[in-house]
Amino acid sequence: MPKFAPKLSELKKEFEEKPGLLKGDYSDKEWWEIPVEFRDGNWCYPTKPEVLEDLKFANPRKWSPTDDDWKLPDGWEKTIKEGMKDRVERFRSFKLFLDTCVRCGACADKCHFFLGTGDPKNMPVVRAELIRSVYRNDFPLAEKILKGFSGSRKLTPEVIKEWHMYFHQCTECRRCSVFCPFGIDTAEITMMGRELLNLIGVSNNWILNPVSNCNRTGNHLGIEPHTFVQNIESLVEDIEDLTGITVEPTFNRKGAEVLFITPSGDVFADPGVYTMMGYLLLFHHIGLDYTISTYASEGGNFGFFTSNEMAKKLNAKMYHEAKRLGVKWILGGECGHMWRVVHQYMDTMNGPADFLQEPVSPITGTKFTNAASTKMVHIAEFTADLIKHGKLKLDPKRNDHLTTTFHDSCNVARGMGMFDEPRYVLNNVCNSFHEMPENTIREQTFCCGSGSGINTEEYMDIRLRGGFPRANAVRHVKETHDVDSLVTICAIDRATLPALMNYWNPGVSVYGLHELVGNALVMDGEKKRTEDLREDPMAGFEDEEGDED
Amino acid sequence: MKKAIVPFAAVLLLAVLPYVAVQFAGLGFLFGIIIPYIAIVVFTTGVVYRVIDWARSPVPFRIPTTCGQEKSLDWIKQDKLENPSNFFQAVARVLSEVLFFRSLFRNTKAELHDGPKLAYGSSKFLWLAGLAFHWSMLVIVLRHYRFFIEKVPGFVQILEAGDGFLDVTLPALYLTDIVILAAVTFLVVRRLQDAKMRLISLPTDYFPLFMILAIAVAGVFMRYLTKVDVMSVKDLMINLVHFNMTLPEGIGPLFYVHLFLVCMLAIYFPFSKLMHMGGIFMSPTRNLSNNSREKRHINPWNPDIKIRTYAEYEDEFREKMKKANLPVEKK
Repeated sequence: MPKFAPKLSELKKEFEEKPGLLKGDYSDKEWWEIPVEFRDGNWCYPTKPEVLEDLKFANPRKWSPTDDDWKLPDGWEKTIKEGMKDRVERFRSFKLFLDTCVRCGACADKCHFFLGTGDPKNMPVVRAELIRSVYRNDFPLAEKILKGFSGSRKLTPEVIKEWHMYFHQCTECRRCSVFCPFGIDTAEITMMGRELLNLIGVSNNWILNPVSNCNRTGNHLGIEPHTFVQNIESLVEDIEDLTGITVEPTFNRKGAEVLFITPSGDVFADPGVYTMMGYLLLFHHIGLDYTISTYASEGGNFGFFTSNEMAKKLNAKMYHEAKRLGVKWILGGECGHMWRVVHQYMDTMNGPADFLQEPVSPITGTKFTNAASTKMVHIAEFTADLIKHGKLKLDPKRNDHLTTTFHDSCNVARGMGMFDEPRYVLNNVCNSFHEMPENTIREQTFCCGSGSGINTEEYMDIRLRGGFPRANAVRHVKETHDVDSLVTICAIDRATLPALMNYWNPGVSVYGLHELVGNALVMDGEKKRTEDLREDPMAGFEDEEGDED
Repeated sequence: MKKAIVPFAAVLLLAVLPYVAVQFAGLGFLFGIIIPYIAIVVFTTGVVYRVIDWARSPVPFRIPTTCGQEKSLDWIKQDKLENPSNFFQAVARVLSEVLFFRSLFRNTKAELHDGPKLAYGSSKFLWLAGLAFHWSMLVIVLRHYRFFIEKVPGFVQILEAGDGFLDVTLPALYLTDIVILAAVTFLVVRRLQDAKMRLISLPTDYFPLFMILAIAVAGVFMRYLTKVDVMSVKDLMINLVHFNMTLPEGIGPLFYVHLFLVCMLAIYFPFSKLMHMGGIFMSPTRNLSNNSREKRHINPWNPDIKIRTYAEYEDEFREKMKKANLPVEKK
């Protein structure tokens, strides 16, 4: 059991017995009267001073959210108010979403953090009110005349503590915005809230340390180029042991047709590495002319959880490297927020990518017209196209030892709309796919509970609660269809869902889509396969002598 | 419930004020002519100002919330309404929100059962009440057009005939009068009854509901019960339209209650959440097409950011890169 996790029996008891808003109990306290309480498991370690100094961010110091005094810089109120005014003027979304909410309550029970904690301030409408209440108090709106009447309040250190707590109990998953009649997107509010907090040095080390690493070494984990290469080479050896096939990835190679970029979690973290092995097998299978960069060795972008400027700075490496290497286009691996940035931000921030060409699959000749400007293709689109054209030799029976369901990652679901491509791939590489209940998939999918840079150990209590709605839907298919494999196309999912499953649904493992592709691929000249990429025995492929059927 | 009682009292006060002022203090000119003009000026300039003010803030990023399959490979069916890929599809999406409250139609109610187990039930009452309220309001406002023009236009007559098809009272009972009273009552009761709604509701949420309820009640009383002199009311309205500031005689005080509340609501409108009427058209998660990989979206304030270049990276790691047989730019 992780150190910061509540005991399962106690948490279950809390869900069942503790009165809460979700069960219709109301303490008759207003939300602004409920104090903010930091306790073990509900706060992340603050950013170390040296990390803030490295990034030239404000107010480097030693502090902790449990301290009474957060050592906010002199004039912090002014910084926040001016920062808010500046952002209201630069982002129509922010301004409009502060102004147009009618508090209809449609979003209230749509947030995974509200469903998992029952905390009133986790209702998306209240999360936004945390900022709105200050905005109404301090800005020359006529609502100012109606102070008290309109739910406005002064900016105090307590408000900052509240912002810090609740803008990190939002994973910017946008589920609430699906249901909002005005399309109010709490992710926009949270992003602005976090930008403002960064102006006064209130931030989490788990977000800013990767940002600093990514800037220097090219990836969140701070892996230097030689180690990065070594790790992939060790995966190449594993592939050779399992299949007898030697795949030959190249690094920083000029003149390759395609630059492949995936989250560094796929290169280093279990079970992401198996997904990486799947990519390598796939590229070998089709003879793709590709290269991997050690400089742009991160698909993910924790800058996106910091500020739009930092997101731009980290994202810029993709085009910078593609230009240097002279590739034709970029292929992106499985990741959630990476694809939110690539799909909705990259071209705007760092384009136009006029040095690249409109992506064309060298195998099928398919033109990816939907990526005509950004020139970056999602691996699920790429593979779906390959399968549709019959270019892959697949044996879905090789995944018969798994009973699967598919978790739509928030960002590719609600920030892109990629639903059918991964399902098409999955249905072609396995025989056992079962959907979770309809209110928990596709555009209504539930976050893993740990996205947007909160996937740290010390935050486990909140993560397990936030992930409860997702886990609960998985449990449903586990009970009804014996599902034991949760397939995702997101590196943060792969990093965080195993802990969530161990806690709520022991026996369910987490897979990347291309890991299953790798299992199913029948490679030319391969040796007899008896084990999948993670060396688990495959059903029906046992060695002859051990085969009792 | 202080949050509901204060606005309720405020609306009562605003309703009594013109009654007393006109009936006992003879302030008909103020309430019949001056305040309506003020209300129209404040409403119009206020709404225009707010919309322009929103429009002044740019849309730096293309951030539609995609609620259906994107346009991708030819053989994958795009959900054009929920995930528009061009301007016209985006217009259709906004219209589906404005006319039919598409997103609200998706609403569910989460329930926590023993286990613990979460269940999501369909919950369409908010959608239904919201839609019934807004459409009734629109029909009622359009019906009132007859008071502002000498010859009643055809579309108003059609609306009246349709709305009054029940034909059960004299004058004919309008369906929208019943619907708006029922729907607004539901919306108030919902805020008071549901624990989540009680918590999130502010006085500014109750105030417009009570105002609209009071306006509708005053209107219903005038039409079906106390019967004001409709011709004089029409004279007054036509005078106002023609900037003729004479006050016709013999309009009952109840009319001034109705009119004053409408004026107050109009004045309140641009300063309040009622501006959602304009906001819904401008919401960047709904009114943009999801084609940001196909066409470059421009951010007018796209900042210049100094990045860590490949050259700087290679300078730091060159020796290690060479040892790992990685190609380098500078030997």
